[in-house]
Amino acid sequence: MKILVPVKRVVDTNVKIRVKADGTGVDLANVKMSMNPFDEIAVEEALRLKEAGKATEVVVVSIGTDKSAETLRTGLAMGADRAILVKTDIANIEPLAVAKLLKAVIAAEEPGLVILGKQAIDDDSNQTGQMLAALLGWPQATFASKVVLGDGDVDVTREVDGGLETLRLKLPAIVTTDLRLNEPRYASLPNIMKAKKKPLDETSPETLGVDASPRLTVLKTVEPTGRTAGVKLGSVDELVAKLKQAGVL
Amino acid sequence: MATLILAEHDNTNLNEATAKTLTAALALGQPVDILVAGHQAQAVADAAAKLSGIRAVKLADGASLAHQRAEPLADLIVSLAGGYDAIVVPATSTGKNVAPRVAALLDVMQISEITKVVSADTFERPIYAGNAIETVQSGDSKRVVTVRIAAFPAADAGGNAPVETVAAPADSGLSSFVGADLSVSDRPELAAAKVIVSGGRALGSAEKFQEVIAPLADQLKAAIGASRAAVDAGYAPNDWQVGQTGKVVAPDLYIAIGISGAIQHLAGMKDSKVIVAINKDGDAPIFQIADYGLVDDLFTVVPALTKALAN
Ligand SMILES: Cc1cc2nc3c(=O)[nH]c(=O)nc-3n(C[C@H](O)[C@H](O)[C@H](O)COP(=O)(O)OP(=O)(O)OC[C@H]3O[C@@H](n4cnc5c(N)ncnc54)[C@H](O)[C@@H]3O)c2cc1C
Repeated sequence: MKILVPVKRVVDTNVKIRVKADGTGVDLANVKMSMNPFDEIAVEEALRLKEAGKATEVVVVSIGTDKSAETLRTGLAMGADRAILVKTDIANIEPLAVAKLLKAVIAAEEPGLVILGKQAIDDDSNQTGQMLAALLGWPQATFASKVVLGDGDVDVTREVDGGLETLRLKLPAIVTTDLRLNEPRYASLPNIMKAKKKPLDETSPETLGVDASPRLTVLKTVEPTGRTAGVKLGSVDELVAKLKQAGVL
Repeated sequence: MATLILAEHDNTNLNEATAKTLTAALALGQPVDILVAGHQAQAVADAAAKLSGIRAVKLADGASLAHQRAEPLADLIVSLAGGYDAIVVPATSTGKNVAPRVAALLDVMQISEITKVVSADTFERPIYAGNAIETVQSGDSKRVVTVRIAAFPAADAGGNAPVETVAAPADSGLSSFVGADLSVSDRPELAAAKVIVSGGRALGSAEKFQEVIAPLADQLKAAIGASRAAVDAGYAPNDWQVGQTGKVVAPDLYIAIGISGAIQHLAGMKDSKVIVAINKDGDAPIFQIADYGLVDDLFTVVPALTKALAN
């Protein structure tokens, strides 16, 4: 069985982002970019399923500019077999468009399982996996902390508000990853070298026949109203007095 | 037209997230119906009917909806969508799971975790772990929106709306419920608590976490939260995680104990009214947003605080 893993290039999780003063967005010039952390977890899970003999091939897909090829190379260096870049210059490509493009890729690739990150840490949308499942008419299990692949189905333990829940999905299916599913590996230097020779195919929304234009208009982007640092207190008694004053005790 | 909101519940009790979502939905300026989708959930529908300002409660009751799996629940919402131009869903784990499925079936781009309604088609929402706030306008004919519940006050009770029955969807059989392992606790729910005591990696073990954090939480009748590091290390269960990828909370009082204050953690608690930080490192970023700080060893300060509050 083939596993498809969509990956997104995002601002690195350790970067403190800056909002542009004119309100037109977040300043991405010269900022370190990485694979979305949840997608790294998705790639890792697919690789582990392959290593356990439950999958035969892991294909990574990214939708974005030329630069997204770097993110795909990261996936290949981790151990994915092949990569597909859906090249577009639309800057803020939206989850609905991504889901439509992935659906078109899936029609050709016919994977048995698609594993995605539960959200991208830039737009924090948390939509793509669910939308893709809807468009394909496939079952979904979001926020996965455990994936057990059976014969024709998959059992997924999900992190939900009250604790954990386990669902069984018929394959083909969509799974989105939560943080505790696994700890992604680092790519070794030899594997980074090897990844340069692995196949990376390119396609485009036009070739796939998908209208990827945005539905939402971002009117402005601003910094949140910040909090200012308060006071450091000398003792527990002082703290109790302050909390009483503030009326929160 | 009208707005449909999805009730958050466990088939027995209506969750407060529903009343908060209602506040956001009412701001759209249209009549609001509440959908209760569940199994043997009449009590939930009756409770929802008491929320003020709504037109009607729609109750869909059937075995396929017992666990609110995304596939039948989305089919149900889509079957009702013709009568509404906005579908508003709380950003709970159930809501976040189902709403995008509904949006895609309706060919609509969802707007996630709104914190403010600007107008019927324009909303504010945080991006980049809350480090930027975006104002977005929808160009779709219908809106599908999820609501960050910590950002809205609960609508009042005191209404008396009619409860109408709608048919529960057939089960496609694509997914099935295997089991659940839900936390049982007498403490207030994290998302609704007035006071939260939260512990980080510094606690060092599940035993210490309990020994140090629980008595203070008991004393304050507080919910307990945790950083990702504490959850990953197994000191606290996953449903206690506060942050960008955990729960977003805004209590009156948030006490962060042995938590450094990574942006991903701050994203989940920086809108709390009063923040207290206890950390032995005076340079920890948590102090940049805390109203009151104690720079000290938590293992001595927290028991002392618990004791001082008991007196
Ligand atoms: C994609 C992604 C998503 C994430 N989502 C979240 C999220 O939702 N929520 C979240 O919390 N994190 C999240 N994180 C992780 C986040 O980046 C931090 O790693 C995490 O919050 C750190 O937890 P901590 O503060 O408990 O641990 P640390 O950063 O290790 O801090 C421990 C603190 O305890 C203090 N300390 C140590 N000993 C004592 C003592 N005896 N007394 C007093 N103080 C002491 C130290 O000075 C230190 O400041 C995410 C990360 C990524 C990459």
